[in-house]
Amino acid sequence: MKSNRATQEPRWVRYTLLTVGLGFLLLFLGLPLVAVFVEALAQGVPLYVEALKEPETRSAIWLTVAIALAVLPFNVVFGVAAAWAIAKFEFKGKSLLITLIDLPFAVSPVVAGLVFILLFGAQGTFGAWLAEHDIKIIFAVPGMILATLFITFPFIARELIPLMQSQGKDEEEAAVSLGASGWQMFRRVTLPNIKWGLLYGVILSNARAMGEFGAVSVVSGHIRGETNTLPLHVEILYNEYNAIGAFAAASILALLALVTLVAKTIVEWRMKKETEMLNTVLAPEKT
Amino acid sequence: MPAKIHRVLPGFGLALGYTLVYLSLLILLPLGGMVLKASELGFAQIIDIATGERALAAFRVTFGASFLAAAVNAFFGLIVAWILVRYPFPGKRFVDALVDLPFALPTAVAGITLATLYAGNGWLGQHLEPLGIKVAYTPLGIVVALTFITLPFVVRTLQPVIEDIEIEVEEAAASLGASRWQTFVKVIFPAIFPALLTGFALAFARAVGEYGSVIFIAGNLPLISEITPLLIISKLEQYDVLGATALAVVMLALSFLLLLSVNVLQWWTANRHKNNEPLEVAAAKASGATA
Repeated sequence: MKSNRATQEPRWVRYTLLTVGLGFLLLFLGLPLVAVFVEALAQGVPLYVEALKEPETRSAIWLTVAIALAVLPFNVVFGVAAAWAIAKFEFKGKSLLITLIDLPFAVSPVVAGLVFILLFGAQGTFGAWLAEHDIKIIFAVPGMILATLFITFPFIARELIPLMQSQGKDEEEAAVSLGASGWQMFRRVTLPNIKWGLLYGVILSNARAMGEFGAVSVVSGHIRGETNTLPLHVEILYNEYNAIGAFAAASILALLALVTLVAKTIVEWRMKKETEMLNTVLAPEKT
Repeated sequence: MPAKIHRVLPGFGLALGYTLVYLSLLILLPLGGMVLKASELGFAQIIDIATGERALAAFRVTFGASFLAAAVNAFFGLIVAWILVRYPFPGKRFVDALVDLPFALPTAVAGITLATLYAGNGWLGQHLEPLGIKVAYTPLGIVVALTFITLPFVVRTLQPVIEDIEIEVEEAAASLGASRWQTFVKVIFPAIFPALLTGFALAFARAVGEYGSVIFIAGNLPLISEITPLLIISKLEQYDVLGATALAVVMLALSFLLLLSVNVLQWWTANRHKNNEPLEVAAAKASGATA
């Protein structure tokens, strides 16, 4: 880094800004993160382990994982399909479509749950028909999957669209003109190009899917051992003044968040490295 | 009619068709159903419900707390983004990664942790309450929770823009006799202002809809510390589906307006960027020549 008096703040300003900025982060990010684990271990390790062994906590963990796994393939297929259409082709209404994909970011999770109650709930549009055929969607796992899909579908698409736009379509066009089938082109050219971006989107959408609270809470009905995901279980334990149990369950989710941050940082680093490599390879051609 | 363009790449019809069908089933049908349900009430009655005493108080709390949280983040986010881009300090990469914590940490975890920290016997609450500052179970608690949840937005929108500022422009300002403060106010701040506003709007939009983290720390007293998403849920639990729907539709309309303004802001930012392009190109050439 070059130090230049003219373009640097005086020393006391630099130190003040560093203190204020880092102090703010410590107060709002560092302290809560530490507190989760301290509270979970407040009564010692044995009680912590005991709390995690509770059958209801374990079934909540499993349901959380199961919903995340159920949602994943839908989000991957949608993300790739939407990004392929938007990044590689021109068509009318494209910006409207992009806005539509952004929509869940602006809709309250509570509203995202409510819309499915209005469709599939007892008094909902399809409520009577579903009851007749004995199909349960609301206050059952299918409704929770739908609400999670609603909340998480944009993540992968939002990651892939700019990436695929920046890569252009020359490589794919070359593959097709050399006689590759659509599937061969996708598998050998597109997929290797987007794999880090795709992984990045998967990490983000998975974190949201496992942590989602509001939307899932509205449609779950909170049936213990059946429709309780881990975040919902945290709420129940906390409201029962079972602080150890609540924070033990919360610590699992906090660990998941830390794993997410590490994975995200590694993928970001890989993507940066790959673009740099590409740039050094392409640089001599350009001059 | 223009001639049909021959597309070299395959899969356009399939990809777009799948995207549209999927979006229609998952997003448009449910949202349309909700608007249809609300239309049973009629416009006048929706307004009536949304301007009832309790609903109005909830909107005031929700939007007021969201505005304050976004403002807090705009101020501190600018400082955080600035030190992350410009100043070297130990553990910087760790701090940089940690900024995304609120995106990764489930909101319920944030809610119970903040409530415990700021409660009367909590790490922070026990020092604040003797000073007469009650945070947990008051509207101030809502602001704290929303500040945590929306912390990354301003930092992450500002970082790339600050990185893009050319040092040459600052050098020019300095060589023309500007003090560092003048350079910041007249050169740097105007360049990053659109991004700051975008980050503020994104944080505000996210905060308005937030539910999970807030309910644990808010106290949830009607008229005082009850947010609109919670009011929707309590109406739903009292089987007042129409009332819940009316509030949800009003929230949805407001979210649309926010999303629209964010898009306009981003377009504005992109356009400003475009205008700067010749300068950037010149600077790149200059630095390339000296390298």
